Amino acid sequence: MRSETLIPRIGVVTDIRQDTPDVKTFRVVGTDGNKLFEHIPGQCAMLSIPGVGEGMFSITSSPTNREFMEFSIKKCGCLTSWLHMMDVGQQITVRGPYGNGFPVESDFKGKNLLFIAGGIGLAPLRSVINYVRDNRANYGSVQIIYGSRSMDDLVDYKEIIDEWMKDDGIEVNLTIDREQEGWDGHVGFVPNYVKELNPDVSKTVVMCGPPIMIKFTLAGLKELGFIETQVFTTMELRMKCAIGKCGRCNIGNKYVCKDGPVFRFDQLDLLPNEY
Amino acid sequence: MFRLPVSKMDEFFGAIAAAQTLYLPADGKDGKASYVKWESGIALSKALNTVRSAKDFFFPQTTNLCDFNVNGKNIEIIDNRTESEDFVVFGVRACDARSFTILDKVFLAEPVDSYYATRREHGTVITMACTAPEENCFCNVFGIDAANPEGDAACWLTENYLYINPITEKGRKFIETVKGLLEECDSAEVDAQKAATKEILDRLPFANVNTDYFRKNTLLDIFNSDKWAKLSESCLACGTCTFVCPTCQCYDIKDYDTGHGVKRYRTWDSCMYSDFTKMAAANSRTTQLQRFRQRFMHKLVYFPDNNEGEFGCVGCGRCLSRCPISMNIIKVIKNFGEEE
Repeated sequence: MRSETLIPRIGVVTDIRQDTPDVKTFRVVGTDGNKLFEHIPGQCAMLSIPGVGEGMFSITSSPTNREFMEFSIKKCGCLTSWLHMMDVGQQITVRGPYGNGFPVESDFKGKNLLFIAGGIGLAPLRSVINYVRDNRANYGSVQIIYGSRSMDDLVDYKEIIDEWMKDDGIEVNLTIDREQEGWDGHVGFVPNYVKELNPDVSKTVVMCGPPIMIKFTLAGLKELGFIETQVFTTMELRMKCAIGKCGRCNIGNKYVCKDGPVFRFDQLDLLPNEY
Repeated sequence: MFRLPVSKMDEFFGAIAAAQTLYLPADGKDGKASYVKWESGIALSKALNTVRSAKDFFFPQTTNLCDFNVNGKNIEIIDNRTESEDFVVFGVRACDARSFTILDKVFLAEPVDSYYATRREHGTVITMACTAPEENCFCNVFGIDAANPEGDAACWLTENYLYINPITEKGRKFIETVKGLLEECDSAEVDAQKAATKEILDRLPFANVNTDYFRKNTLLDIFNSDKWAKLSESCLACGTCTFVCPTCQCYDIKDYDTGHGVKRYRTWDSCMYSDFTKMAAANSRTTQLQRFRQRFMHKLVYFPDNNEGEFGCVGCGRCLSRCPISMNIIKVIKNFGEEE
């Protein structure tokens, strides 16, 4: 019998971290305790609770992590609510990796990188950021601009403070939407903060966040002199098969699951604006 | 070329069915043709085509993908795939035969869909040339010759004979299993039938429908055309076009808790439905205009873009016969073509 990608494998949840009030990060390994499969930063996996449903999630851990995979998941629908109810030791099903991933070994190599994220949009970028940190010599400077509704909604806040901010050659700029007690950092929306920070136009930009943030940030970047061929993003649409056959994530002649989820903005310009 | 006297058709079907399961179009009590498993006494339908397409043989309306046993925190995955038995589909029309090669481009592309591939490997497709195409037929628009169909072997039915010509290795193997009943012959009568059918095909109302517009214009120009609003205005989103379409292949994956475990299965789905793209947080196509446009853009632009220009339509005419508001792909093609 030939192999079948639609038939998943079993994953075991070995650790659950409450990142924000509505985001949890799940650590997953195979039943033998090892990592289920290798991936490229930006690739995704289909996770499922049998009887509830299956959904596509970005693998938020870096491929340089040889022990396990992590998924940062925001509770926002049926499947994600069930996932949030899990305890450590729970088995789920996993299949993947799917999608193209970020061009970490080609376009990004040797470049100064600017990561811009909003809310849960940090999750897919975390894989790239940690990959770059673990292969520091291959990349230029790294700047991370990250914003969220409040201090409590910053995903991976502990990792940002304890690891990223302490790294040499990594500049982290955090912002939250409104003033908050205990927060002495920047307050304001991501698009405006990017403009204030006025990053160097030589940088390759990797952006992920809510559509409204993407829209205004892209406009701001263009004002600063960035062009679309240097800005990458990762997309999300409804998916069922994850292999470009079921038709759900079809935009123009592309399938987000297979041809994406990573696109450059000049590539998106050639597609219908249906996302 | 081989042939068999029409009087021996029953014997011929019997010989096929002795070796493997045989499916062919037969008339139901309602007078409509559908594919049935052949048994002695069942006659081949004389209808132009079946109501449902033949895609069920390789891409059934529902497929059980796998099962799960859930026990506390533990999950057991049961791969219950079985090798499909060998089967013959007899009497497939040229349009439906082409739909298989279109579906192949989706399901046999890497990563190969094993459910489809297994059925395809075990199925032998014996086609039947049309002799009386009707006004809803437009397979010739897509370069299909109804008088000379593709398949593993092709047949022509005349007054006295069933002619059969193997095309593929599978077709030649099939001929071997029924060789005792066949005699070798020349193609004179078949050639005459082809010429007569061609005359009808050339006179069909949609014979000269022109698809050039969809090749000459860019994806975004066609997508952004204001014609979609009017074309989609009356669409009821019933999805009938999708379900009768031999090339529509979008599917859903669902879990069903039987009480004794979970069955994961896939079912046909339609991009015409409002929840097709609905996510927890958003929906990328919220209007029927968008969904209607998606279906036709996929067949006329997106699929050709990814498959060396081949359109995702075979001109079988089922959507023309079945759409409750009489909207169809011909109207879409003509409406755009009129801009020329």
